[in-house]
Amino acid sequence: MTSLPANTTVQASPPGVMERLHGWAITVDHKRLGVMYILAGLIFFVIGGLEATMMRIQLLKPLNDVLTPQGFNQMFTMHGTTMVFLVGMPVLLGFGNYLVPLMVGARDMAFPRLNAFGFWLFVFGGLLLYFSWIGGDGLYGAGGAPDVGWFAYSPLTSKTFSRGNSTDYWILGIMVSGFGSMTTAINFAATILCMRCPGMTLMRMPLLVWMMLVVAALVIMAIPVLTAAQAMLLLDRTLGAHFFDPQQQGSAILWQHLFWFFGHPEVYILILPPFGFVSEIVPVFSRKVIFGYALMVAATVGIGFISLGVWAHHMFVVGLPPWLNALFAASTFLISVPTGIKIFNWLGTMWGGRIRFQTPMLFCAGFLGMFVIGGLTGIMLAVVPFTHQLSDSYFVVGHFHYVLFGGTVFAIFAAIFYWYPKVTGRMMNERMGVWAFWILLLGFNLVFLPMHFSGMLGMPRRIYTYQPGRGFELWNLISTIGVPVQIVGVALVVWNMIRSYTKGAIAGNDPWDAWTLEWSTTSPPPEHNFDRIPTCTSARPLWDVKNPNDPDCNYE
Amino acid sequence: MFGVMFACALGTAALAADPVVCAPGTEMPVMNPAIFDTASPPAQQIESMAWLVMGICAGIFVVVEGILVYSIVKFRRRKAQQGDPVQLYGSNPIELAWTVVPLLIVFTLGLVTIRVIRDVERTEPPEGAMEVVAIGHQWWWEYRYVDPSLPGGQVVIANELHVPVNKPVWLRLESADVIHSWWVPALSGKIDLVPNHTNHLWFVAEKQGLYLGQCAEYCGNQHAGMLLRVVATPQEQFDAWLAAQAAPAVDDPSVAMGKSIFMELACSTCHTVQGVSDGAFAPDLTHLMSRQTIASGVVPLTRGNLHAWLDDPQALKPQCNMPSLKLSDNELDALTDYLCTLK
Repeated sequence: MTSLPANTTVQASPPGVMERLHGWAITVDHKRLGVMYILAGLIFFVIGGLEATMMRIQLLKPLNDVLTPQGFNQMFTMHGTTMVFLVGMPVLLGFGNYLVPLMVGARDMAFPRLNAFGFWLFVFGGLLLYFSWIGGDGLYGAGGAPDVGWFAYSPLTSKTFSRGNSTDYWILGIMVSGFGSMTTAINFAATILCMRCPGMTLMRMPLLVWMMLVVAALVIMAIPVLTAAQAMLLLDRTLGAHFFDPQQQGSAILWQHLFWFFGHPEVYILILPPFGFVSEIVPVFSRKVIFGYALMVAATVGIGFISLGVWAHHMFVVGLPPWLNALFAASTFLISVPTGIKIFNWLGTMWGGRIRFQTPMLFCAGFLGMFVIGGLTGIMLAVVPFTHQLSDSYFVVGHFHYVLFGGTVFAIFAAIFYWYPKVTGRMMNERMGVWAFWILLLGFNLVFLPMHFSGMLGMPRRIYTYQPGRGFELWNLISTIGVPVQIVGVALVVWNMIRSYTKGAIAGNDPWDAWTLEWSTTSPPPEHNFDRIPTCTSARPLWDVKNPNDPDCNYE
Repeated sequence: MFGVMFACALGTAALAADPVVCAPGTEMPVMNPAIFDTASPPAQQIESMAWLVMGICAGIFVVVEGILVYSIVKFRRRKAQQGDPVQLYGSNPIELAWTVVPLLIVFTLGLVTIRVIRDVERTEPPEGAMEVVAIGHQWWWEYRYVDPSLPGGQVVIANELHVPVNKPVWLRLESADVIHSWWVPALSGKIDLVPNHTNHLWFVAEKQGLYLGQCAEYCGNQHAGMLLRVVATPQEQFDAWLAAQAAPAVDDPSVAMGKSIFMELACSTCHTVQGVSDGAFAPDLTHLMSRQTIASGVVPLTRGNLHAWLDDPQALKPQCNMPSLKLSDNELDALTDYLCTLK
């Protein structure tokens, strides 16, 4: 080793590309992990969107033959699996990762290394799932990507009906990323319960943090059930077990119970964080405190509990006893009450406010308008006999896209526009944002509103083509026409994110005049988040600082 | 005239022009699969309840979206406004109201649900019902009319369910492989066909005609090609049809070559022709020509389509389970001729 001459001064040069990549690869910083979660999720969002585009092209007209039947089935399987496990969960957990420590005034998550481990498990699980396009053929020359649907109903997943290894890739990819979600959920719970700054009682937590706590609990309860079911399925497929094999006294319906015991809480895992985004953004842009904070918390916890007891409403046509169907209809009706409370509380927050309609608020208003439609069609689907007609039809596809696109995705875009200045230090372009919102609102309704009608006209889901003359043509045509509109909208958001990173106006610490702790630190925040751990005097700590004459703590 | 159904006009000279070999039901009214165009008590009950439910939801929709739009217009920030508005932290009476009112609404909906569930999801067959077994296969339907008075005790047919008008039908739903779902919206809601788990479904076709529907549970490659057809006819015509289906297969010596191809190639291992073969994996062909379609409703049954189907099934119904047998033109013609005799 040569020693430096005594008179040499070591100069700090800007780090090279390799150095910076290395920094991201080894990071345990919750903010960097959060950003990586969101970016990886957005990449998968584009992939899942392209898969949906292929399906819409195939369904443009009756008896179209752009895709083979199996090709179409692979598209909807990968689209569903991708959007739920590789877009919804990572993007939302990514926002949680970034925001929860900042919002509770902590320096990082409780277990930073576990956090990084969870992220890389998710990436690995996603890659494993997509590797099935190459490896699914296996030794049999049969397969490719999985084609059993994201719900993977047995016995279609048994070796008899699903040869090759495609279904094994589906099982393993989701299982691995599920472990990642588990570690993240445990991390959230520990961080929220143990690492809040002085003064932040549970009832002073920002509503987003409350929602993430309930989400963490749901992940911890629901994901292991899916993992167990997948392990059983893997045993069926590889070692000749017969859990789900009806020919050997296994039960096809058992899989559905296990899958939906995970699957319905999963829906709330995908919608509660968006509820949290809206609960943060609507008050700030209405310039009013959230209406009915305590009831919001109660509704969130209520949704968490009830969501564990509604799973069989996915199984109303499976042939369960009528009394059981009635019971699950009742629990499903019940869960609409706390959800309704939330909507009314947001409206109550806007009522009497002075609403600034900048892009985040626009997307929140869009969320409210669209989510209500998804919620109401959900109530229609809870009416068991009505579901005998509607289930497995395009009506259901329309319904849950109003919840997951009109709801979750709109709220995610609101969150992107709202927190982008905090993450990058720069504002996103407002004009482009407003354009993106209106284009997306139009495209979204063009694609998904017609599905309600084709469903009521008797068009089942998951069909690779349809017969002419049954009244499906017009609605499918309109749906497909909406796709390019949506693509333009999404592209505008993505371009806005890229461009604003270098060209956006400098944001400052608190561009929206907001009230939660993340806005008290710099944009972007330093690695340790806060130079001094903040203290919290109410649910809106920065309001108290900005309005010392009339602080919130007087009203608690 | 509905009697055309059984009078299949098979003119050999005209066949080259691809006529409809058998034109049953061309004059029948066709019921498209719309859930608001019903002709059977359970479907009608669901329909009238659906209007009530949609009415309630539309009311909620108007109120909530109305408040949203009003707030957006009324409470947007005006240029002159400075500072923040009055902070309102909540209101117990208001919050109580929008908890209790939705509770009452869903309680009402719950009562409606329970009332209709009892009638729609029957656990016992309706009085005087005819029982038919429906079995889902990848990707076609099998129906069995079990009746001790029939020769052999039952009649097995494929893909086209015939029922008498105004007679309750009690469908016993079973599956031979994966889960399917029987959905003819004008007749009733759907119920799944689950392997090793018997379900039931009932309906009463109140109008003559052809009711359309299709499999509603994803069941693999050709899920989309598993179409449902229910033909409702007056009782006498149904009885005549059933008697004809119970008759043994026509044995026409003029098509002996086609028959031997049917027996020697793989056809007979999967397909049944009563008295000729007893394959159980594919549709029963004993009275093939009494049907309107082949490939589970994917194409109309014409001589030309039958010929094309035997030549390359994968072209008409890609990735279905019927293999392409690579027949020579002579063999194809002979086999088609044979099948065309199975009236």
